[in-house]
Amino acid sequence: MSEYARQGQAAASWIRERVFLNLTLAEYIKGLMTPFNVVAAILILPGLYMIGIRFTQGLGAVTSASHFEPWGLFISWGLLSGVPLSASGFVLGTAVYIFGIKKYHPVVKNAILIGFLGYFFAVTFLLIDLGRPWRLPYPMFVSFGTASVLFLVAWHVALYLSCQLLEFSPSIFEWAGFKLLRKWASSLILALTIFGVILSTLHQSALGALFLLAPGKLHPLWYTPYIAVLFFLSAIVAGLCMVILANFLTARFLRDQADSEYLSSLDPITLDLGTAAGFVLFTYFAVKVVALAHGDHWNLLGSPLGRWFLVEVFVFVLLPCFLFVIGSRTRRPGLVKATAVFTIIGVIVNRFNVSLIALNWNLPHRELIHWKEVLIVITIVTIHILVYRWIVTRMPVLREHPMYKGTE
Amino acid sequence: MDMNRRGFIKKTAALGGALLVGGHASKALAADNGIARIDRFAVLTDLTKCVGCRSCERACAQANNLSMPGVGHYADPTVYQKKRRPEAHTYTVINEYKNRKWTKPVYRKVQCNHCIDPACAAACLVGALKKTPEGAVLYREDLCIGCRYCMTACPFNIPAFDYFNATSPAIQKCNMCYHRTSKGMVPACVEACPVQANLFGKRSKLMKLARERIATDKKYVDHIYGEREAGGTDWIYISGVPFEEVGFDMTVEKTSYPEFTKGFLSAVPIVLVTWPVLLGGMAILAKRGKESSEDDSGNQPKEGSKQ
Repeated sequence: MSEYARQGQAAASWIRERVFLNLTLAEYIKGLMTPFNVVAAILILPGLYMIGIRFTQGLGAVTSASHFEPWGLFISWGLLSGVPLSASGFVLGTAVYIFGIKKYHPVVKNAILIGFLGYFFAVTFLLIDLGRPWRLPYPMFVSFGTASVLFLVAWHVALYLSCQLLEFSPSIFEWAGFKLLRKWASSLILALTIFGVILSTLHQSALGALFLLAPGKLHPLWYTPYIAVLFFLSAIVAGLCMVILANFLTARFLRDQADSEYLSSLDPITLDLGTAAGFVLFTYFAVKVVALAHGDHWNLLGSPLGRWFLVEVFVFVLLPCFLFVIGSRTRRPGLVKATAVFTIIGVIVNRFNVSLIALNWNLPHRELIHWKEVLIVITIVTIHILVYRWIVTRMPVLREHPMYKGTE
Repeated sequence: MDMNRRGFIKKTAALGGALLVGGHASKALAADNGIARIDRFAVLTDLTKCVGCRSCERACAQANNLSMPGVGHYADPTVYQKKRRPEAHTYTVINEYKNRKWTKPVYRKVQCNHCIDPACAAACLVGALKKTPEGAVLYREDLCIGCRYCMTACPFNIPAFDYFNATSPAIQKCNMCYHRTSKGMVPACVEACPVQANLFGKRSKLMKLARERIATDKKYVDHIYGEREAGGTDWIYISGVPFEEVGFDMTVEKTSYPEFTKGFLSAVPIVLVTWPVLLGGMAILAKRGKESSEDDSGNQPKEGSKQ
């Protein structure tokens, strides 16, 4: 056998082992015809068609954006909700690598992966929403609008995306079998974590600060100089809750990909994170009250939007504070998980309020969301889940790679 | 250097003025927000003069090569049935308002107000929107990525976007006919106006003229819209009916809009320089604490222990 043929064969078996899960191509394709995948395909296709329309006929063909209200679901869901929900990586990274809380180590890789994919798909939404997405690198390389808060967001999201890819890369290199690269990548982890925390602090809060430029457009109850702090605190809560949710979902649906160490660590971690989420959420509530008092718009609380504001603050913030405390005090992981889901919804409600519902609130005729936008969101979210599953079923995320067990 | 000196002279003058005439000039200084105010070109629109002929709309479309509607469009009175706004391919529109004061309607011209310190320019992450020293706020399509943050930021809702263009959608707005004024001509809408409702000139002169008209003629309300709105604009208006009755937003802040994000932006470098030290310190402390408590348990992880 020639040298080339041998190399070719080695490459083929490398791919088969790692990508096709040790199956032949025919077996692999046959194995893809699961009910789950069929449903996923049905969910993806309509939105793909709409994305095609968007890139041939313009944004106006699929969104309800107007000259008065330029932003819609892609920004509110994709960017403003997607980014805080992806704070899981930085929150758990801080706990494990900076505070040295070893106990959370089993879930930190998954938290970083969720963070990385969350940012990746937030950028995907942005690419659909930008008028000229091929110019995405312009703020980095071509022209610098340094006085813009969005300039900061663009740079930080780009840097943080790369940072998270590096943070996650040890798992990729373990999977690929690149030992030296894996060693280098994991020696960077503390530096990357600190860098990631700085970037997260700034861009999570900057997403709120974007709206500081729109007083009068953003309803006075939401417009506050404290908005940057509020966005940062709620991002921490969202990150914690996403880890709790991921703990639950992986134990339920990806059990075969996890090792016993991971599975047995989940409930105690969930209870801990629930306590942490409760405390941060209460801090958030306190700042929310401070902001309300500072704004002095008590008279607006009686209006329809004011009542909606009260629902946000009391139902989606204060109530879960108590539920978290009760859940972790009485050691009921189930209650903590349910509260985490509720809190995630609460963070999304807040971001939708700031960027959609309470923005341009005084315009007479408003059309906020187009059903075609919803289809596109469903498509991207489904692809997001599939990509996550693809990675977790191959790379050592919910488990330790046998070669590196117990090294950290 | 020149800017600084000019700013300095301006401030000194304002301060001197404050000493001479008391409170008013010092208020002007406070409203100045540190922007070195060059006396730029501006337009004064006198709403009491406009007859609603829409010659300005037509001239604007011609001068800026915008896609022209059919010939009849500019003579069609039914466009007044609803309130229009600048759109992609329409930089300026005239709206009609019935009012209690007079039997004839009041017409109001809408276009970019060319803020002295524009929110759109502070919003743009690629610097595609810029205030020129001449006065116009200009847009560079070759830089724009289409994020539309300028539209969210603009307190006057002026920038429009080409929502039905998939390949080269651009922000569109009035440029104060920069291509004409840089050749010594006046903006097309100013030239086309048969009744001189729009006047082009240095802002200081137009402000003076506006004040004179308000002082000498009782028909005007005592307000120059754009004198202080959004920190001051280079398109100013005087009117015979209260501005809020003819579609002007009176809730627009009197400070320049970029001021609203300055506090946040100035906190950024603090986080950048303090966080690494704080977090690195915490990591070292956490490690030390662990090492001393696990002293007897033998082998230690090695990462991050170097200081």
